[in-house]
Amino acid sequence: MYQYNDNDQTLINERVTQFRGQTERYLKGELGEDEFRALRLMNGLYIQTHAPMLRVAGPYGLLSSRQLRMIAHVSRKYDKGYAHITTRQNIQFNWPELKNVPDILEDLASVQMHAIQTSGNCLRNTTTDHLAGVCTDEIEDPRPYCEIIRQWTILHPEFAYLPRKFKIAVSGSKQDRAATQLHDIGLHLIKNDAGEIGFKVLVGGGLGRTPVIGKVIRPFLEKKHLLSYLEAIVRVYNLNGRRDNKYKARIKILVRESGIENMTEWVEAEWQQIKQDMEVSDARYSEMKNHFAPHPYETNANQDSSFKTHLAQDKNFVTWVKHNVIDHKIPGYRAVFVSLKAPAIAPGDITEKQLDDVAEMADQYSFGEIRTTHRQNLVLADVKQANLFSLWQKLSALSLATPNIGTATDMICCPGLDFCALANASSINIAKEINEALDDIDYLHDIGDLKINMSGCMNGCAHQSVGHIGILGVDKKGVEWYQLTLGGSSENDAALGQRLGPAVAKDQITKAITTILEVYIKHRNEQEIFLDTVNRVGITPFKQAVY
Amino acid sequence: MKIIKDKQIIEDNWTHIADDAELTNGNITVSLSRWNHEDLNNHQGKVGIRLLPADKVEDITDELNKIPLIVLEFPIFTDGRSFSHARLLRSRFNYKGEIRAIGSYMPDQVFYLSRVGVNAFQLEKPEELAVALSTMNDFTVKYQQSTN
Ligand code: SF4
Repeated sequence: MYQYNDNDQTLINERVTQFRGQTERYLKGELGEDEFRALRLMNGLYIQTHAPMLRVAGPYGLLSSRQLRMIAHVSRKYDKGYAHITTRQNIQFNWPELKNVPDILEDLASVQMHAIQTSGNCLRNTTTDHLAGVCTDEIEDPRPYCEIIRQWTILHPEFAYLPRKFKIAVSGSKQDRAATQLHDIGLHLIKNDAGEIGFKVLVGGGLGRTPVIGKVIRPFLEKKHLLSYLEAIVRVYNLNGRRDNKYKARIKILVRESGIENMTEWVEAEWQQIKQDMEVSDARYSEMKNHFAPHPYETNANQDSSFKTHLAQDKNFVTWVKHNVIDHKIPGYRAVFVSLKAPAIAPGDITEKQLDDVAEMADQYSFGEIRTTHRQNLVLADVKQANLFSLWQKLSALSLATPNIGTATDMICCPGLDFCALANASSINIAKEINEALDDIDYLHDIGDLKINMSGCMNGCAHQSVGHIGILGVDKKGVEWYQLTLGGSSENDAALGQRLGPAVAKDQITKAITTILEVYIKHRNEQEIFLDTVNRVGITPFKQAVY
Repeated sequence: MKIIKDKQIIEDNWTHIADDAELTNGNITVSLSRWNHEDLNNHQGKVGIRLLPADKVEDITDELNKIPLIVLEFPIFTDGRSFSHARLLRSRFNYKGEIRAIGSYMPDQVFYLSRVGVNAFQLEKPEELAVALSTMNDFTVKYQQSTN
C-alpha cells in the first residue's frame, strides 16, 4: 500500500499543528462559532447530539495493521472503546472530547492517518472497490489512481470552499462495487477499442435528498489527463454551482438545471485551457503503481488439501465460506469479509479488542492489510485457502464471522437518532429489531442476496434510495415513522428505489419487512434474487401485502 | 489602515468607494458595475476594481494591464468563487498587479488565498493581521500546482 514520504508526513504533521492552533483560538473565544465550524469540519469534526464526532479518513478503504491498532488505541484512550466504519470507507469515533481532538490527530498522524476533508464543503475522501487488486473481474487496479487523486484533493487551495461537499469514486472492474454512478464524479477504468486503458467519466450522481444517477460527461479520458479533467469539472462547479440554497448546491443540481450538454461544453472548454499543464506522466503512474504491486503470493497455495477436508467436516465452516469468502485472482487465495453485522450490534461498530485482534490476523494471514467496505464491513483480501479454517475459528470467537454478507442482516445503517443531530428517527434499534426477526440463519440464506439500507433522515447517509429495500426515517409531528422503497441498486444496474406507499409506524416496520420478504418468496422464480423479482413483478404485490 | 502586502504589514492608502458614495481623491477602488458605467478617466489618483463572487473575471480581462489593483470582496467566508477568480487572473490571464482580499473571510483562509495568487489582505479585524501573517507559514509542503 502507499507509504508516506517525508513530504506527506510533514504535511499531515503541519495540519495537526494548524488545527491545534485553531482549536485553542476557538476555546479562548478568538474564533467564532461559524468560522470554527467550517475549519473543524474540514478536519472531520462534527458536534453531535451527545458529543463531538470525529471522522478519520480511510483513503480508498485501505488500512495497515499498524493503523488499525492505532484506531484501537484511540478508541480506548479517547473514546468508549469502539469505532464505527462508515459507508464511505472512513472510521468514526462517536465520543471524543473537543479538547482532545488535536492529540488524537497527532496520534493518527504518527501512523500516516488524518481526518483532512472528511467533512465540509470540500473535496472528500476518494472511495473505491474494496476488492481492488484482488478481484477476478478487474481491468486495472484503481488504487494508484485513487492515491494520485487523494494527493490532488488534499489541501487543494482553490476548492476548499465549494458550494457543497464533493465526492469522487473510482472503479477498476467490470462490476461496479464502488457505486460510481452515485458520486459527484464517478471514474470507471475501461479499455477502448484500441485496447488503451482510460477513464469513463460520470458526473452529477449522488444520494441525499435528491438522489440522481450520474451522467457520462466523457466516454473515454486518457489517463494522463486525469487531474486536469477533475480540475476542470470542479472549477466549473465552484464558479457555477448554486450557493443560494444548500439543498440545491450539489453538482447534480447544476447538471440538472444546465443540462448535461451545457455542462459538458463548459467542462471541455475549461479543460482545453489547462490540460497541457497538468499532465500526469507515465513515470508518476508507474512510481505510484509500485506502491500497490502484488504481494509475494505463494505459487502453490492451491495445492493445499486441508481446506477441502475442513469443508467436508464442518457445516458451519461451509456456510461461512459460502457467504463471507470470495474468489481471488491468485489460485489458492481468497478474500474474506469480516462481518460487522453480528446480531444486536450497531452495523459497522467494532470494539478495540476486535480491532487489535483483526490487526493481528491481518499480520498473520493477509500481508498486514485490511480494507473497509462501503457496506460497513472489513475485508482481509489475501488469505491462503490453507488458513481459512483457523481464521474462521478466530473470527468466530470474536463474533466477526456471522455468515451474512450480502444478506438481509448485512444492513447498512446510519447513526440515526442515537448520535446524529439531524436525525428524524432511530435507525440502529430498528436494524437490531430486524436482525432479531431474521435470526433464523437458514431462512436468511434462503432469502439470499438482499441489500437493506436505512437512514435516519433525508440526508440519506446510509444510501437508502439505492437499497434493494430502503428505509428512511421521517418525522411526523414528533413521532418516528419510516418510509419504504423497493428496487434500488448502486451497482452496474444503478437505480433508485420506488416508494412503496405511506410511511409506516415504528412498531410496524419490522413486520413490514418480513411481509415484503414473504411476498418475495411467494413470487420468486427459481434462483431469482429479491431485486430481480421486484423488477419483474413490480411493487404492487408488495404494496398490497404491506398496507 | 494596515494591511498585509507581499508578506509584510504595511500602511495602506486605498479607499474603497461604495456604489452610492461620491468619489474621493487619491487611490480608489470601485465595483465592476461602476467601472463599466462611469467615466473614471479624469480621476486624480489610481483606480482599482472590486469583484464580487458572482462577477466574471472574463469581463475585465481586456483591460487588465490598466488595472493596478483588483480587490476580491468576500460577502461571506464560505463563498469560494473568489479563489477561482484569483487563480484564473494569475494563471490564465497573467495579471501581475495586486490582488487583495477584503471582507468577511478568516485569517485561516489566508494560506489558501495566497496559494491561488492573492498577495494582499485587508482584514475586518485588524488585530488579526499577525495571525493571518503567521498562517502563511502553516504548510511547507503542497501537492497541487497553483499560482505559488
Ligand atoms: S442520514 Fe440523517 S440521521 Fe442518518 S447520519 Fe445522515 S444526517 Fe444523520
